[in-house]
Amino acid sequence: VADTVGAAPGSSRVFVVRRDQDIYIQTLRKLFNESHGIFMGLQRSEEELAGKSRKAQLVQVSKNYRSVIRACMEDMHQAAVSTRDPALQGQYSTQVSILSAMELIWNLCEILFVEAAAAGPLLLRLLDWVRLHVCDVDSMVREVLSSESPSKHKLFWNVVDVFVLQGRMDEARHLLSKEATANPTSMNMYKILDDLMKKMPMPSLGNTQTLTELELKWQHWHEECQRFLQDGTFASNPHMESICKILLGDEDAMLEKKELMTTWYHFLVTRLLYSHPTVKPMELRFYAQSSMDMFLGGESSPEPLDMILMAAFEFEMHQVIKECSIVLSNWWFVAHLTDLLDHCKLLQSHNLYFGSNMREFLLLEYASGLFSHHSLWQLGVDYFDHCPEYGRVYLELHIERIPLNTEQKALKVLRICEQRQMHEQVRSVCKIMAMKALRNNRLGSALSWSIRAKDAAFATLISDRFLKDYCERGCFSDLDLIDNLGPSMLLSDRLTFLGKYREFHRLYGEKRFPEAARLLLTLMTAHIAPCSFWMTLLTDALPLLEQKEIIFSAEQTYELMRCLEDLTAGNVDKQKFQEDDVETTKVEMLRLALARNLARVIVKEGTLEGS
Amino acid sequence: AMEDVSAKFVSQKISRARWRPPPAASLQAPDVFATGSWDNEDNRISLWSAGDLGNVGLNGEYHGEPHLLCDIQHNGDVMDMQFLDQERIVVASSTGTVTIFRHHQNNQTLSANHRWEKAHHHVDQDTSCGGAACTGVVCNNPEIVTVGEDGRINLFRADQKDAVRTIDNADSSTLHAVTFLRTIEILTVNSIGQLKIWDLRQQRNEPSQIFSLAGDRVPLHCVDRHPNQQHIVATGGQDGMLSIWDIRQGTMPVSLLNAHEAEMWEVHFHPSNPDHLFTCSEDGSLWHWDASTNVSEKPSFLHQGGRSTTYLSHSTINQSVVSAWLSNDPTKDRMEITNLIPNQTLSVNSLDVLGSCLVYGTDAEAIYVNRQLFA
Repeated sequence: VADTVGAAPGSSRVFVVRRDQDIYIQTLRKLFNESHGIFMGLQRSEEELAGKSRKAQLVQVSKNYRSVIRACMEDMHQAAVSTRDPALQGQYSTQVSILSAMELIWNLCEILFVEAAAAGPLLLRLLDWVRLHVCDVDSMVREVLSSESPSKHKLFWNVVDVFVLQGRMDEARHLLSKEATANPTSMNMYKILDDLMKKMPMPSLGNTQTLTELELKWQHWHEECQRFLQDGTFASNPHMESICKILLGDEDAMLEKKELMTTWYHFLVTRLLYSHPTVKPMELRFYAQSSMDMFLGGESSPEPLDMILMAAFEFEMHQVIKECSIVLSNWWFVAHLTDLLDHCKLLQSHNLYFGSNMREFLLLEYASGLFSHHSLWQLGVDYFDHCPEYGRVYLELHIERIPLNTEQKALKVLRICEQRQMHEQVRSVCKIMAMKALRNNRLGSALSWSIRAKDAAFATLISDRFLKDYCERGCFSDLDLIDNLGPSMLLSDRLTFLGKYREFHRLYGEKRFPEAARLLLTLMTAHIAPCSFWMTLLTDALPLLEQKEIIFSAEQTYELMRCLEDLTAGNVDKQKFQEDDVETTKVEMLRLALARNLARVIVKEGTLEGS
Repeated sequence: AMEDVSAKFVSQKISRARWRPPPAASLQAPDVFATGSWDNEDNRISLWSAGDLGNVGLNGEYHGEPHLLCDIQHNGDVMDMQFLDQERIVVASSTGTVTIFRHHQNNQTLSANHRWEKAHHHVDQDTSCGGAACTGVVCNNPEIVTVGEDGRINLFRADQKDAVRTIDNADSSTLHAVTFLRTIEILTVNSIGQLKIWDLRQQRNEPSQIFSLAGDRVPLHCVDRHPNQQHIVATGGQDGMLSIWDIRQGTMPVSLLNAHEAEMWEVHFHPSNPDHLFTCSEDGSLWHWDASTNVSEKPSFLHQGGRSTTYLSHSTINQSVVSAWLSNDPTKDRMEITNLIPNQTLSVNSLDVLGSCLVYGTDAEAIYVNRQLFA
């Protein structure tokens, strides 16, 4: 449910929106995905680059983040415009305001912290910042410029004032020239004003002048403006006079144009432009506080956004982050901004008791939020990876709770776990999937999962299932699996037995009796077969014993007899065994067959060949 | 070239991307592709126009990012997808349902034309634990073959309500992909590393041949057949390995190529330029395998890049030349392998290539189109 949605978009208010479903807004997903790419790029970027190139790299990252925010804002705006549902429209418009505020704050942080603009360029950057973000006046400007004779438009002077207040001298002069041609009587005044505006010294980005030079030039220029004003040159034209006052940094004259500036930070930058263009970063705080006081004038109290910007001007980075965390409903902004500031090595110098972990704390919160989303959890993994202290633990806990709807999803989760050597989670996922497969009677799939986890216990379970099926039905199911086990047969003893047992059947089917007999015996003597299966194996030996041709040698027959005795001896206490007629009959038949075979084989082996 | 890739973030994880086939006997480049999403509460099938055709650059190349033509809600994850013809597309769902969607070009909408519910399911509905996804679908108009986690193979005809043929329990493990070998034979790969040939004419429910890898039974996830030489088959495994098989001989692969670091999700021979192969993987990379330098007797004009080569018919030329894929002489092999993704992050789940156009989709919720693949 959204809180008060009263003011027009673009005003200096941050709406406190209480919403659980921020991450479910379709358009915001692009923000999360694109910023994830930028985040990963930043983590992997070259740390060896030092000084200027590193700074340039970080500024580029910051610009990338901002362009992603702006793209998202654009999409959200499109959505707001095209939807017919008023509730949705309200929601989207709110989001646009929030994103706009985020970009405003981020931009300022980029100027002050990431780029750390020095006196001179600092003012230029701040001017750009104001021009970009105070756009309430744009439609008015467009209207006047596109009219047939702009100088006759009733808002003409407003637009000129806007240009002057924003330091857009060329545009202001261009408009003024139209007024001059329309009004020849003021030609003289216009020429002087135009000249002053043309000559106004501005900081430059390159190294063409030092601050001292700029200050000197500026001082001269300021005095010249002062002279013209005091001479009454502009007395007959109040508009031009007020412009001259503004050029001289007259705060009252500026404050008369409050509606054109709309915000106190616009006022701040205009003040700096016309009274202290060589302002140093550390001096900003004084100007900022006084600007806000003068602008708001006790009529209204500062909004959360104002406090955040003030904290930035005061270079209180932690305060900025803290205030943003409170006001915004989603951790996205603070997590990414803090991470960037951390890469600029700015947070470490602040000795807050949780200072060095603030980045991690915010990233953990953000990533945890991603994990609550049915689809965005994959992004969360990478964020956890870059939290050195608790990231792994958080990941372990979260990844176990992802619902495994399809095998493909389980495979992706598995891959994530394997890449990070999270063995517990690998076993857990494979067990879940294997169990599901087993319950659905997909024995091949179940085996495939056990192989992946190298889970011998489960492989044994599956083999027992096969063997049980065999005992019940008398034949093997899923021969394509058992016949093609390959090296995975060695995963568990029971599985090996299954493979070998099937091989025995195959050999028997191909009438390769001696080999089959040898294999059968090995299965028992090498203890590959489970004891429960020995009876079945011995029963399988019966047809071999009954063959016309002698298959088992004397040695082998003795072995078989010993196995039988071992089997029955072990069961002497068991009442059930003795009462079971079928079992007793089987044992008797076996003893008989073994004895007969022994008799035949002793004779055969004792007989000399050819005699 | 990399600059020719246009990307678009689409707020849904893409599980499949497929070019719409151009009208028969047409040489024009594909301009429309379909995507399917997964892992959403509301999954969608979407049709896109690949770049603004009206916006032609200096060299005649097309600029602009893909834009959405229409989309429709889909129940369950999109597991696989293929165009049946110009207007219809067959989609395999994680719910086990197979749906035919029709694209109405006059008003740019999609509608569900036909649906086979529970085409894939686990047998005992009472004890069954969850549904069985349909993992693979392949078409040869009007025939449609599907495979699934239930180990079942279905043969449908586009105009018939019931399945023409069903092979229950064809495989004891999950079947991951299917493709046509010839019109009456199909190839399947499964999760215990087996490649099987099925003859659909025969009534018995057994594969006519089984191939498997020598070592561990690493699951196979994708399969594709060489467009001209039908005995050459490529498969991709869970360990990212690319295997080339000659199904005329032996039961083991001809070559094993260590490729990706994680599951290979799709492998495609280029349909008109089959010395080129493309693979994509969970590790976030998309590789272009160029074996065209292997073949020594190739006439020189085929070495030139650019659009001129893509429209030549290769069938007469290839017959006299041993396929580059089967030659396994390490001293002569100079296969060029290029990773087409510079900054890889999340999995590339799907790719499709047609002419000189490549489209691929990722788990980072983005689709990428490159229309100058061989430039």
